[in-house]
Amino acid sequence: MLNVNNIEVVYSDVILVLKGLSLACKEGQITTLLGANGAGKSTTLKAISGLLKSEEGEVTKGTIEFMGEKLNGMPPEKIVRKGIFQVMEGRRVFEDLDVVENLRCGAYTRSDRAGVKRDIDLVFDYFPRLRDRRSQLSGYLSGGEQQMLAIGRALMARPRLLLLDEPSLGLAPLLVREIFRIIAKINEEEKTTILLVEQNASLALQVASYGYIMEMGKVVLDGPCEKLRENPDVREFYLGIGEGGTKRSFKNAKHYKRRKRWLS
Amino acid sequence: MSVAHCGDFRQSYKDDMKVLETRFVRVSVGAFLVLLYVFPLFMSNYATSTMTTIGIAVIGALGINIVTGFTGQISLGQGAFMGVGAFACSYFMRILHMPFWIAMPAAGLTTAAVGMVFGLPSARLKGLYLAIATLAAQFILQYLFIHMEAVTGGSNGIPSPPPEIGSFAFDGDRSKYYLTITIAVLAVLFTTNLVRSRDGRAFIAVRDHYLSAEIMGIHLFKYRLLSFAVSAFYAGVAGSLWGMYTGYISAEHFTIAESINYLAMIIIGGLGSVLGSIFGAIFMTLLPQALTVGTGALAQTFPKIGFLIMSFKDGVFGLIVILFLIFEPDGLAHRWRQIKAYWKLFPFSY
Repeated sequence: MLNVNNIEVVYSDVILVLKGLSLACKEGQITTLLGANGAGKSTTLKAISGLLKSEEGEVTKGTIEFMGEKLNGMPPEKIVRKGIFQVMEGRRVFEDLDVVENLRCGAYTRSDRAGVKRDIDLVFDYFPRLRDRRSQLSGYLSGGEQQMLAIGRALMARPRLLLLDEPSLGLAPLLVREIFRIIAKINEEEKTTILLVEQNASLALQVASYGYIMEMGKVVLDGPCEKLRENPDVREFYLGIGEGGTKRSFKNAKHYKRRKRWLS
Repeated sequence: MSVAHCGDFRQSYKDDMKVLETRFVRVSVGAFLVLLYVFPLFMSNYATSTMTTIGIAVIGALGINIVTGFTGQISLGQGAFMGVGAFACSYFMRILHMPFWIAMPAAGLTTAAVGMVFGLPSARLKGLYLAIATLAAQFILQYLFIHMEAVTGGSNGIPSPPPEIGSFAFDGDRSKYYLTITIAVLAVLFTTNLVRSRDGRAFIAVRDHYLSAEIMGIHLFKYRLLSFAVSAFYAGVAGSLWGMYTGYISAEHFTIAESINYLAMIIIGGLGSVLGSIFGAIFMTLLPQALTVGTGALAQTFPKIGFLIMSFKDGVFGLIVILFLIFEPDGLAHRWRQIKAYWKLFPFSY
């Protein structure tokens, strides 16, 4: 469905961030993109959704194709209409609008009133907490509720591909699990394809079916999530599980001896 | 000899403190300073006096960049503050018989006090609301310029005596130039060091995230007020020099147009950048002059539509400024940094 081929992204003409990155999202599946801070995950999402331009970034090489159509250089407001919706890192709700108004904003690209009304109810079904707070200003919602609203707002556009950037940011573990459960449910029921960027690797690898691991602007490892979960390097560096299958104790670990194998 | 470091090679705190990092940069800045000082020996009086106005503009622009660019408090009163400085300096010299060397800093301090008074609204106001409050400063001061006749001479204006050392008076184009450019260089040096000091970092912290700054223990109001004071001090010095440059000061010069001109300088040059203040001052001083020369020449070539061409001048000025902002939204200083970054790893751009 989405094919990113060998893209190179340069900021301000001088800073090379992505160095030949390729990935693909299969229709109806959750794909996850993992990696340390500064690996270029968010940049990848911005390259897809066209937000790079406003940050002086540019895709200098490679192609981004969505349903067989090239997205390179297309402005973000057009890309949204093609069916790609990015939920940005940090909630970024419109603080002075109430919950329902925020959701209506998400449906900006649609013109079927009845459908929008139905979808507002649908979002409330996924996130019952939002229904209770429907007429409150979203600036007064708690962090978790704001994140729910951000995802709900994305659903309102009826996207074919949903780009989620760290939906778990700053949320309590229980709430994180709740949000991930809903993401999986949305994927199952609405058949929305999802590209998920996460720091919480273990949860992401549970809900997704295919995963990519990025480092220094490149994909260093990819595979079906079951396989990634078995990979010793992923287990140690991303899931924090030592070779014995127990949580690694740093007390008697000679950490420097073990290198990530893909870095040579 | 490396032109600029292509990475971070600092190994000691001393290296870290350097303003000019490589020998190439030190040599070229030194050469530029020498050029500044021998410049009037080769150039016409007209060019010299234009350079003097640039020097004054640089000081004024540095001032407004401290309050607007570094501390993030939009100020629309820089023109009026310059007026305060000019009138104060003239008053100190004529009535109190102070020599210029005392009157100028005293005028700067007076202006700083006035600036602090008009910076008081920054305790509660932010952003555009504060801009409107400083706009009030502009108009109140302009009213005072006209009506405090004893100090300002009212609408007639008042003479500004030239500075003197012994029997030597700074009344020629060249001597005015040397005095202005020396003070401008000192101002640049001081500002460069101010913004990397503890207080300078506090200014930037207040601009970037005032809540975080407060958490660090930075007293917001104190630093906002301080930035207004420092900025007004620069304006006062620039105003004193302006009085010396023209020899006669009148309220007409220190209007809202002048304030906006200074704001335009730092926006075009680069907010929060010392180099940007210099670039902006040069740009906004030279552009109208170049346009006058250009349209004058055109009008002579086509005498029949001469008046038409002359009347286009202001329009073209506006157009160039707008085009500039469209293509260089982050200012000239940003472009300068880009060019430097581009050449860092030449022939590779990254």
